[in-house]
Amino acid sequence: MNELLLTVLTLSLLGALLAVILYIVAKRFHVDEDPRIDEVEKMLPGANCGGCGFAGCRAMSEALVTRDNISSLFCPVAGGEVMKSIAGYLGKSAAEKSPMVATMRCGGSCDKRPKVNHYDGALSCAVVNTFYVGESACAFGCIGYGDCVHACQFGALHVNPETGLVEVDPDKCTACGACVKACPKGLFELRKKWPKNRAIYVACRSKNRGSVVMKACKAGCIGCGKCEKVCPFGAITIDSYLAYIDPKKCKLCRKCVNECPTGAIHIVNMERLAREPKPAAPKVEAPKRESNVEPKADTANKE
Amino acid sequence: MKTFPIGGIHPSDNKQWSKDRPIEVMELPDQVAIPMIQHIGAPSTPIVKKGDKVLTGQLIGQAVGFVSANIHSPISGTVTSVDVYPNGQGQRRMMVVIKREGDEWMEDIDRTPDIKRDCKLTPAEIIAKVKDAGIVGLGGAQFPTHVKLSVPDGQKAEILIINGVECEPYLTSDYRNMLERGEMILVGVEILMRAISVQRAVIGIEANKPAAVELLKALITKGGYKGIEVQTLQTRYPQGGEKQLIAAVTGRQIAPPPALPISVGAVVCNVSTTIAVYEAVQKNKPLIERVVTVTGKELKETHNFLMRFGIPASHLLERAGGLPEGDVKLLNGGPMMGRAVVDITAPIIKGCSGITVISGKDTPRGVEGACIKCAKCVSACPMGLEPYLLSKLARLQKWDMAEEHNTVDCIECGCCSYTCPSNLPLLDYIRIGKQTVMTNIRARAAANNKK
Repeated sequence: MNELLLTVLTLSLLGALLAVILYIVAKRFHVDEDPRIDEVEKMLPGANCGGCGFAGCRAMSEALVTRDNISSLFCPVAGGEVMKSIAGYLGKSAAEKSPMVATMRCGGSCDKRPKVNHYDGALSCAVVNTFYVGESACAFGCIGYGDCVHACQFGALHVNPETGLVEVDPDKCTACGACVKACPKGLFELRKKWPKNRAIYVACRSKNRGSVVMKACKAGCIGCGKCEKVCPFGAITIDSYLAYIDPKKCKLCRKCVNECPTGAIHIVNMERLAREPKPAAPKVEAPKRESNVEPKADTANKE
Repeated sequence: MKTFPIGGIHPSDNKQWSKDRPIEVMELPDQVAIPMIQHIGAPSTPIVKKGDKVLTGQLIGQAVGFVSANIHSPISGTVTSVDVYPNGQGQRRMMVVIKREGDEWMEDIDRTPDIKRDCKLTPAEIIAKVKDAGIVGLGGAQFPTHVKLSVPDGQKAEILIINGVECEPYLTSDYRNMLERGEMILVGVEILMRAISVQRAVIGIEANKPAAVELLKALITKGGYKGIEVQTLQTRYPQGGEKQLIAAVTGRQIAPPPALPISVGAVVCNVSTTIAVYEAVQKNKPLIERVVTVTGKELKETHNFLMRFGIPASHLLERAGGLPEGDVKLLNGGPMMGRAVVDITAPIIKGCSGITVISGKDTPRGVEGACIKCAKCVSACPMGLEPYLLSKLARLQKWDMAEEHNTVDCIECGCCSYTCPSNLPLLDYIRIGKQTVMTNIRARAAANNKK
């Protein structure tokens, strides 16, 4: 009986003593943390994707609370609305950014960009890139082993087995930028997200001259410059035989789409412009452009 | 018999297809394409333009900076274009395309076949000549030779090691060079010894080339070459690696990068490079040709060609009776270190010691399994690394940890992938890790320099 009593007493005493020590330590070494950090962290999406540039949502919320000027901070996953409400809660002014979406800029599907060799190594774009340019003859095109698909935390990317190309689901894409870093060919770009997921972009990154592009791929940009001439907003520039549509200047007028001889300019969720009947004489070469119908059908299939 | 202390494998050498084929001079092509990067370091700047007439041996690409190499025209004719073209791996390279008109050489090049042994030049003059001739390591690494020969202040070279190992399976270009151009090699060794001021040179040759060992030994006694000896080494891959060869010959180990072979007093040169040095110093001839092996079990004929650079691989294959039926794997180099070629119209460059053709049915990769932690790769690694771990770290993108485990030490010999019973593509991922870590290290150094 005595032993039992002794044990209970010792343990109770020990417990009480430790509790006192813990209490003193907690009081003495208490770290004052802004309670707003927790609140802000709850408002953030909690994806911990690193798209903001911080290690995770906690680090981002700390930065949001502690910094005076938060206009350089933006969570691409949460978007403008949430950032505004966080800024309102903190009494600061938020950055105004229009929503973005990742865009994969290669249109060289299996039928347009024939394979010229067979690769049987490790199924990773990064590994392929250390060996050579890939199974097609184009040094810039999508390799198609989906390093970006693995990098995407939101399941917004998938490889279409029919085209062999990666496709982006704009509804799931949060523009965190993981795919931009993962692609060894630099095919992804974060572009402005238009209402109804509309988009116009040059689906090619080839800086080769036109004759080389034509040999490797039927859907590549040959740098002819027709789109640059027709663009009323000066949004299109040609550099190293490659057209680029500046998403800041583009107004989705669709004039360039009809001009492109190879269908390298992709148009998403929009109808093409009807062919203008007015300039009669020089545009008799219309039948030659029948091939333009193809890419349209292609885009329609994708959606 | 000596060899390097750790790791290594013994693949079947398959040299029987081409080792008895004497060196043949390849006929001149109608057109050559000369890439402006055929070396480690900064790409050279083309100094000719479309329409220019060039002579054989004329400088067409000027080296940029110290670690870079000059490039000379291998034929005489007219430059038809200076533009970006794909190389054998489809990557874009600046190339000078020259259309051949006759074969007119630069006047100061001595084309007589006699061996010229006397060399009264000072070390600095020899190195300057090597640099002007655009000589790079012809064993495959393409490291500019003048950089190797320029011993930094405070360090001293003690021994010159000549690499006649040719441990890579299939290839026989160095072997044929030793058999047929042995005298040139020995004079070249004397010149190199003079350039780095050493009294001792060792020619390392693997035991599977007894004829070369015998011949060079006989030539040394006959010619009275002082300080040069031939060392027979146990046949083991990758003995031709610079660090492995130094360890095999001298027993000295080099510290991890950035330490260089000179830190243990050794300078290593390939036998083919030695011939190029001889020709540059004694005959004023820049590096415009080399011996290239064309080999493979399925080829109708195998050859060892003495050929000018810039000739497309398809030319060589035509001479070898064309490509075999069905799928083939075409390698620039041998099966261990060689790079698969996807475009056979791409030109042969300085570092290409052979074209190996392996039929599709002999090459498929095995089905990838899981790592069973058998540590075969660890025993095979000649650098004492842990390939299974480095590969895993690269897959997980843990670059910092890969750096801690010395991934940059990897010499990419492929022993780990060769030995893996689970068919894991170990080297493929280690290479990514190595490249990324090296980029990180360089970025850090650049950031520190700014501060």
